[in-house]
Amino acid sequence: MDKATTSKFLLRRRPTSDKLVDIGFKNFVVAMASMVAVVLFSIFAVIYYESTESISRYGLRFLFSSAWNPVTDEYGAFTAIYGTLFTSIASLLIAIPLGVGTAIFITENIIPEYIRNTIGIMVELLAAIPSVVLGLWAVFIMEPFIRPFLNIIYEVFGFIPFFSTQPLGAGMMPAILILVVMILPIITSVSKDSLKQVPSKLRQAAYGIGASRWTTIFKVIIPAAISGITGGVLLALGRAMGETMAVTMIIGNSNNFSWSIFAPSYTISSMLANQFGEADGSQVSSLMYAALILMILTLLVNVFAQLIVKKLSLKYQ
Amino acid sequence: MNYNSHKPLTYNPSLTRNIWNKALTIISALFAIISVLPLILVISYVLIKGGSYINFDTLILEPEPPGDDLLSAGGIGPAITGTFIMASIASIISIPVGVGGGIYLAEYSKSGKFAKFIRFGSNVLAGVPSIIAGVFIYAIIVSTKILFGSMFSGIAGGISLSILMLPTIIKTTDEALKLVPNDMRRAAFGVGASKFTMITNITLPAAFSSISTGVLLALARAAGETAPLIFTALFSRYYITSFDDLFYEMGSLSVLIYNFALEPYEAQNQLAWAASFILVVVLLTLNILSRWIGSLGAFSKNKV
Repeated sequence: MDKATTSKFLLRRRPTSDKLVDIGFKNFVVAMASMVAVVLFSIFAVIYYESTESISRYGLRFLFSSAWNPVTDEYGAFTAIYGTLFTSIASLLIAIPLGVGTAIFITENIIPEYIRNTIGIMVELLAAIPSVVLGLWAVFIMEPFIRPFLNIIYEVFGFIPFFSTQPLGAGMMPAILILVVMILPIITSVSKDSLKQVPSKLRQAAYGIGASRWTTIFKVIIPAAISGITGGVLLALGRAMGETMAVTMIIGNSNNFSWSIFAPSYTISSMLANQFGEADGSQVSSLMYAALILMILTLLVNVFAQLIVKKLSLKYQ
Repeated sequence: MNYNSHKPLTYNPSLTRNIWNKALTIISALFAIISVLPLILVISYVLIKGGSYINFDTLILEPEPPGDDLLSAGGIGPAITGTFIMASIASIISIPVGVGGGIYLAEYSKSGKFAKFIRFGSNVLAGVPSIIAGVFIYAIIVSTKILFGSMFSGIAGGISLSILMLPTIIKTTDEALKLVPNDMRRAAFGVGASKFTMITNITLPAAFSSISTGVLLALARAAGETAPLIFTALFSRYYITSFDDLFYEMGSLSVLIYNFALEPYEAQNQLAWAASFILVVVLLTLNILSRWIGSLGAFSKNKV
């Protein structure tokens, strides 16, 4: 080692410029991390602030009235709230058995692994298709295809309020089906991950005492993975409630309340997508109120989902 | 108990439990087929129907106003550039913020209170419906005309997309950096590197492929989003010709699909299918590319 290098190593202290860069970088990343909190809070604050006019004018009455009349300035979001909750929960009820069933099928060794992996990747790629494309497909291909079947249901079960209007195109039922397509990948991939995390010892123990494959799945594997699956289901519920484009294109956008799932309806997000562009005055404030309700609903579902998922990760690690 | 029972030990398919087993296996296989079916149907319709309307004119012409010309609706050129520009604006904003935030979470405060809160917050932000991002940007940028007096603009659209990209990028950066072995950090400190040098020269390069996977996935999601754009960027039928045009309405593929799908004219509907063809091909390519890059990362991790 020559003298210059040796003297370099003798310098134990870092130059000030180095320290400044170090401290500056730390402050930079702290600031960037804080941006998340800033954005989240300002979304809440801005939407709350913009909706104060409507909140003070209508209060909770807004939630239970289905009037929507820009001429007389009378607003209520009952149809949209009902539509949001009904479409998302109905689609969840269809998607849970499909998604969890698929997840079980691709985590069990029923068929060769490369086929299972392909199915898994295909379901996940479904999540990559933009919702507006799914909406386009729903409007031009799916809805005309299922209309005859819906008509049969209407003719046979028309006396039940849920099926009491004739399906004439856009309506709640096609919206529910397209939501199923959209949330299926979430439920499948989260369930698949949590099923995979179940230690193989549990499975071997069940097989060892003579349980059959499906007894093992129902009595051991699913109970062990249930918190992860529930978390995934709740994430999917949040997604379904906030989903906008595909639903807007196929739900028919009508603020007239109807019990029938074949009738055109509204969700909060489709109402926003439809009316926000042309709204002014107190209509904007009412739409903001609806947006606030949507925000709170999805927030509750998401926070709950996170708490449940956190429980799982503590269990088997 | 009688252990000398004469039950045969061979597999008996007529036992109730074996019948149930078979039946449930078939049902789960059916569910898997039903789950894959939508993807196959959507992709094949988009590729066949959309692909048949794709030609050179469609790719470069400007779209015609609905009803002007019943035979031709022009093309989707401005929408392609618009989507590209707004996705770029969104990336320019969200990559530094997201990667920076991820670095903070993984390198500076692994389990501090603030870090826990930020992780929680970014998960919550990931769950915020995309239309809310549009409403938010409308309220703070479009209606206040804060951007040099312009209302609907491509920049506002890009900013609202960046809100959607942010949580994904933070999360993947955080997780990618956590996978880098601590030995590498200690080795860097051991030879006298400062924390800044350690992060920029050691851990970020080691986590680079996983981070780019996250960025590409976020980009793919943002490029396909419509809801945040319909009242921030609105729609425009024209190419942008100068920098100033960024401050005016801007078209995008997804909004073009939304607008033209609901037109009663056949020509406009065809254009919507052509636009979905381009959008789906680009997004699936981005997704598959990101998976491929992610798998490269797993390999380089083994090398380390």
